Amino acid sequence: MTIQNKGSDTMVNLALAWAERYQALYPEARIAVTGGGSGTGIAALINNNVHLANASRRIKDEEIASARANGIDPQEYIIAHDAIAIIVHPSNPVDQLTLQQISDIYSGKITNWREVGGEDRPIVRLSRETNSGTHVYFLEAVVRMNDPHNRTLFSPDTLLLPSSEGIGAEVRLNPNAIGYDGLGYVTGDMKIVAVGLDAAGPFWPASVELVTSGDYPISRDMFIYAAGVPEGPVAVYLAWLMGPEAQKIVLDLGFVPYQAEAP
Amino acid sequence: MNVAPSHSKSQAWLEFLIERAIQIAGISAIVLVALIFFFLIREGAPAFTTVPLTSLLVTRWYPIEGYYGLLPLVLGSLIVTVGAAIFALPLGLMTAIFVGEIAPSWVRDILKPFIEVLAGIPSVVIGFIGMVALSPLIRVALDIPTGLTAFTGALLLAWMALPTIVSVAEDALDAVPATYRDAGLALGMTRWQVIWKIVVPAARTGVLTALMLGVGRAIGETMTVMMVTGNAPRLALTPRDLFLPVRTMTATIAAEMGEVAQGSQHYFVLFAVGLTLFVITFIVNMAAAAVVFRQVKRAERVLS
Repeated sequence: MTIQNKGSDTMVNLALAWAERYQALYPEARIAVTGGGSGTGIAALINNNVHLANASRRIKDEEIASARANGIDPQEYIIAHDAIAIIVHPSNPVDQLTLQQISDIYSGKITNWREVGGEDRPIVRLSRETNSGTHVYFLEAVVRMNDPHNRTLFSPDTLLLPSSEGIGAEVRLNPNAIGYDGLGYVTGDMKIVAVGLDAAGPFWPASVELVTSGDYPISRDMFIYAAGVPEGPVAVYLAWLMGPEAQKIVLDLGFVPYQAEAP
Repeated sequence: MNVAPSHSKSQAWLEFLIERAIQIAGISAIVLVALIFFFLIREGAPAFTTVPLTSLLVTRWYPIEGYYGLLPLVLGSLIVTVGAAIFALPLGLMTAIFVGEIAPSWVRDILKPFIEVLAGIPSVVIGFIGMVALSPLIRVALDIPTGLTAFTGALLLAWMALPTIVSVAEDALDAVPATYRDAGLALGMTRWQVIWKIVVPAARTGVLTALMLGVGRAIGETMTVMMVTGNAPRLALTPRDLFLPVRTMTATIAAEMGEVAQGSQHYFVLFAVGLTLFVITFIVNMAAAAVVFRQVKRAERVLS
């Protein structure tokens, strides 16, 4: 039997890495991984075409309803977390920013570090390219602050860099720069800025612990949905995904592992 | 008795085949360009029907929200290319004059291969050097917010175009008859006057061709530009924008084509960007050819 696994493009590399490792360990196992986006994966689950759907967002109520209408009861598993760290040059004196300030910086309302308690320097905004899932998530969760009616865009001055390495190099070298990237891409020679929901605080720096505890504001859960209560090989695979070996891969790929004590 | 005619017959056949092979090779270039052009039109034309023309003319490029303004990309490519041409012309011409006219032959023998080695350096390597070494230098030296600018891209492109410009321009200088130089020297001109007043003007058609070939490489260059120009889709309207980030057409296609759904609006618009780039390059080449052609005719008239 081949386990069909489809969904989120953000998670597709993770899902492929899991499948490769699992098939190397258990040569009789067959796992087919495809991307296409969270919505595509969930649609395939509803139509009973896949065993497991990957999603970087929670399933919607109407999706659950249409699945139940097809006789499928989706089972939710939080398999990992994805945290976005806000990074600046190590010499930048700014230690903390509110979500609103970060949104204003990226939308172009704030253009000088002085306005957020830093030195009198222009702000150089760095972003991933628009085809990156991280870019879209950052747009929705930070620039638009999770408000579906907010149509704010990135300032056209935002530098769109094609790789995490491009962002890393500019943040390391340029004291004017601000960037964001998955926690796994942050290295010791960049400074992580703590993020708060309002000016009164508290402020949390991106870290594996604060993401696990649910405090860090710019993080999202990554889900796997099973078509009904998993049985046989699917149940075995899912159990392996929750285990230490698969969660080590989660960490290696720049995501934050799911913790066993969570519900 | 039969041997000689059959031998010459097979030779005629061979000649016929070789002639055809050469003919096909010559025509294939034209066919290829035509095919590329038709492919671009086929894939890019739907952009002009599925996307309203007004949304292709907005000043914003943000494809995931349906902003398909081409203007920032066209201006971005333009400012980088014009910048590259401005740096490349004096640099290339002076290098060619030094190599061809001034340097002693042993220096020339060392210099020429080194300039040609430049052409062999992969653009991703040049881009990486630009990103980690040149851009911080430019940021500090010019006191600008970031070193990832159109200027950085133009400088690297000028450097990359140098081998083409130098070898073609040097050939052109070399082709100026020795009698011209002798005549100048006999009239009591200095060596500098001979070079600047006689040799360079006489070779200007070749120098212009050299510049056009170099710029042709610059406008199509992708990797280096994507790594060092910052890719911010700003509207570059003033010369000051040379020192700010820009997004070029080539970098946009390279960055976005990989993830775009085939047959989507975004896909068609990216091909439309490619088509625009093709048309611009075509016009530049035609203009260069026209200028060169006119100058040749004038030079012939003067000489006859």
